[in-house]
Amino acid sequence: MGRLVFDVAHLFAGGLVLVSFMLLYQDRMFGLLNTFALHALVVSLSVAWQAYVQSAPHLYITAVIALVVKAIIIPVALHRIIVRLGIHRTIEAVVGIGQTMLAGIGLVALSILVMLPITAQAGTLAREDLAFSLSVILLGLLMMISRRNAVSQVIGFMSIENGLILAATAAKGMPLVVEISVAFSILVALIVIGIFLFRIRERFDTVDVHALERFRGERA
Amino acid sequence: MNEPGALVASAILIIPASAAVVLALLPDDRATARLNALGTLLTFLASTALFVVRPEPGPFLIVDDVNVVFIVLTAFVGFTTSVFSASYIAHELDKGRLTPVYLRFYHGMYQMLMFAMNLALLANNVGLMWVAVELATLTTVLMVGIYRTPEALEAAWKYFILGSVGIALALFGTILVYLAARSVVGEGLDAMAWNVLVQRAGAFDPALLNLAFVFLLLGYGTKVGLAPLHAWLPDAHAEGPTPISAVLSGLLLNVALFAVLRFKMVMSANARALAPGPLMVTLGLISVLFAAFMLYRRHDIKRMFAYSSIEHMGIITFAFGMGGPLANFAGLLHMTFHSLTKSAIFFSVGHIAQVKGTQRMADIRGLTVSHPVLGWGLVLGVIAIVGLPPMGIFMSEFLIITSTFARQPLLAIALALGLLVALGALLQRLNGLAFGDPYGKDAPAQASFVPMFAHLALVLAAGIYLPPALVSWFQHVASLLR
Amino acid sequence: MALIQDALVQLAQMLLVLLLAPLLTGYVRKVKAHLLRRRGPPLVQPYRDLLRLLRKEVVLAENASWVFRVAPYVIFATSLVAAGLVPTFATGLVISSAADLIAIVALLGSARFALALAGLDIGTSFGGIGSSREMMIASLAEPAMLMIVFTLSLLAGSTQLSSVAAFMQSPEVGLRVSLAMCLVALIMVALAENARIPVDNPATHLELTMVHEAMILEYSGRHLAVIEAAASLKLLLYLSLVVCVFVPWGVATAGQGFAAYAIGLVGYIVKLAVAGFLLAVLETVTAKMRVFRVSDFLGAALMLGLLAALLLFVSRSV
Repeated sequence: MGRLVFDVAHLFAGGLVLVSFMLLYQDRMFGLLNTFALHALVVSLSVAWQAYVQSAPHLYITAVIALVVKAIIIPVALHRIIVRLGIHRTIEAVVGIGQTMLAGIGLVALSILVMLPITAQAGTLAREDLAFSLSVILLGLLMMISRRNAVSQVIGFMSIENGLILAATAAKGMPLVVEISVAFSILVALIVIGIFLFRIRERFDTVDVHALERFRGERA
Repeated sequence: MNEPGALVASAILIIPASAAVVLALLPDDRATARLNALGTLLTFLASTALFVVRPEPGPFLIVDDVNVVFIVLTAFVGFTTSVFSASYIAHELDKGRLTPVYLRFYHGMYQMLMFAMNLALLANNVGLMWVAVELATLTTVLMVGIYRTPEALEAAWKYFILGSVGIALALFGTILVYLAARSVVGEGLDAMAWNVLVQRAGAFDPALLNLAFVFLLLGYGTKVGLAPLHAWLPDAHAEGPTPISAVLSGLLLNVALFAVLRFKMVMSANARALAPGPLMVTLGLISVLFAAFMLYRRHDIKRMFAYSSIEHMGIITFAFGMGGPLANFAGLLHMTFHSLTKSAIFFSVGHIAQVKGTQRMADIRGLTVSHPVLGWGLVLGVIAIVGLPPMGIFMSEFLIITSTFARQPLLAIALALGLLVALGALLQRLNGLAFGDPYGKDAPAQASFVPMFAHLALVLAAGIYLPPALVSWFQHVASLLR
Repeated sequence: MALIQDALVQLAQMLLVLLLAPLLTGYVRKVKAHLLRRRGPPLVQPYRDLLRLLRKEVVLAENASWVFRVAPYVIFATSLVAAGLVPTFATGLVISSAADLIAIVALLGSARFALALAGLDIGTSFGGIGSSREMMIASLAEPAMLMIVFTLSLLAGSTQLSSVAAFMQSPEVGLRVSLAMCLVALIMVALAENARIPVDNPATHLELTMVHEAMILEYSGRHLAVIEAAASLKLLLYLSLVVCVFVPWGVATAGQGFAAYAIGLVGYIVKLAVAGFLLAVLETVTAKMRVFRVSDFLGAALMLGLLAALLLFVSRSV
């Protein structure tokens, strides 16, 4: 049982790091959204597994929030926004994908080197989840830095948040995890709304709704 | 002693929260501003009661020596800013820069911000404090973008992204602190409570604490506006409405620094952990020098004072980094005085921008001739902020430099250099703004000057005579901070 | 006596490999044809092609050097030895102690080197294109392969294929995401090395899209026969490698007797058939990539290998 527990947790956490790399690799908007939905799915599976192993039922709520909000609602909403506002569909990167991936590997190695010795007295499960969550956070930061596009920066930020959720569940018994994840999800939801409003101004000269209404009135 | 204290503490939270809901729903715009001021007044009165009664530290809320004065200060500045905001917003409404719908939104968010800041100060739980700081970030972001111009949206977006990254890093640091505490204190809420953490920090794993502090300093330091993490600050101050600039500079930066201080206390309690001092000294000094030089090339008046805020936050961080009773005392004083002075400056700058119709300093001249009250208010404010005697900031800066000189003369010289450079820049600009022949628009000012002069009077009075009770209280807190 | 028996079994494996390789190539072509609703060439067509080529006259360019004439044999020899080293129906045969993953990589590298030189030898531009593209692919595929080898040997504690196969059969393996990553990376490298879609189209006749075919454009007669045989051997080698490491059940160990060998043989042929079928399906549903995207593709394989090794490192030191 111990071996299987560890292996499954390792599978999910390692898979999360892998999907973070896949996020770095994407150069099309819809591919990015789908990969992010996969990222959120893996995180929610990982949290659910931790909830099962730690016998902490409140973590199931966090898993469900991650699944519903981040794997379903936000990718669908972003998909609609991208289509409706006609946002440019390819993502330009500041540096080439190859160098970004190499930098990513370096960051993963760094976070493993940093986290493993520090958490020596925590459980094995917690230790490796923390190391991987720091990797995911740093990879998300790398993604935010190496992309010019606002939507991909937001997705980078959401992947940072997924890494933080993994870390928070790995810290066994941490209270307020559900509240913190809810707060973070609200932040993220507002960012997504912010993109919508932010992009609106590129379509119209002013975002003042009254000006738009006046315009419509004259036409009629 | 317990019941009334708990009542007061909850009142400090409930009043702004309910005011936020009420103001968001209320349709009448004239009454909204007055209700806003009333709400903050009630919060302030409730907070002064904390000097008399105090609740027992609970799992979520705590009122101890460290946060009492900050709570009162926050409530006070919140109240005076709401008074200023009433006249400022009335003017914006008349000019058509804001619509009544946005007005409700603005006032609701203002009260929500007060709630969030009070919660962050009162929180005993590390996670709860994080949530409160995040909520405060959110509300200010929404308010910075309220004018909806491209620049305002750009500033709000930058603030959002940088603030969120900072918040994310701070959360990771918080998780690490919990991990460090869990092995000593056990699982559950106790491992996240400030009073427990400071007490038991000596037994925590130093390596974990080190890494946690790095993340926390980077994360909350972004919200304090320390260079090089400051990129959001000038834009947010310049593009948002001036009451928000006043609250950002005067209060939110303080709350973020307060969070860093709490963690510094935890770190200092552990003998084997990294000394947090040198990190803070470095960041503080870099901020001071960077901001001082950046002051010279600003064209926008609010942006210039935003860099001045970066500089002062750098001074305060430097002081707390140096540590020791004198420097900590000076740092606490500086936090208070800067909060009062900078908000006073923004009060005057706000009205100046309104009467002149522009924020460009090249278009603002001869204020003391065209608008004497505003002009001399600005002069007094700038004299205060650059640290000239007899204003309070002179005393705190003097104390910082002397206590640093006694231990690290080179650092003191660097700091003094930064202060002098900033002094030169600000006074040079002030000369252009306040004196000379008037230029530009000449609308009469329909402003409330009381908040501005109240703040400046307080700073002047404190600079001349600090009541012994206050001195001993600050000294006590300074000793707690090590 | 036992030694002679073992030597015979080893020899049998090498002959098996040699004989099966063209059949595998023919099988893959047949499946692809059926997927495209054609009948396709008969299964034994590659044998007929080889025999036909052997009987034909060699036409050499005027400026061909000895490299050009020797290269096909070098390629064939190294490919045959490498293919013979990979366990098919039984592990632990006589020369299996030399069946080191790194030795196999080195042998294949020598083959590739000889092929690239041969492509450059005549001095035509198409040969040059083929050689330079092949080297570009190799510069990424070989590190990826080595990372895969590193990961597998970290897990199994040895680079010997027999030990790796034995480890994979044991219960200590567990669910490992590193192994999944290694599998994906190995498949990507295999596709690149064997000049299969999506890296290179083996059936193309457009010179500008060629990689492998471009290098052997000038060959004819028995030289071409030998090179084609070597290419089939390489495909068989990679498929055997994937099958031996990741689907090791049913493989006999040396000395278990003919019954076990027979079962191993049947199992091997079945696994090979399935692998060939999957290869054909993959080739049919995927389109060929543009050449400059091959570096991204192989870079991803390299990253997968690196990541697999890193993740393994974490779980070992925790």
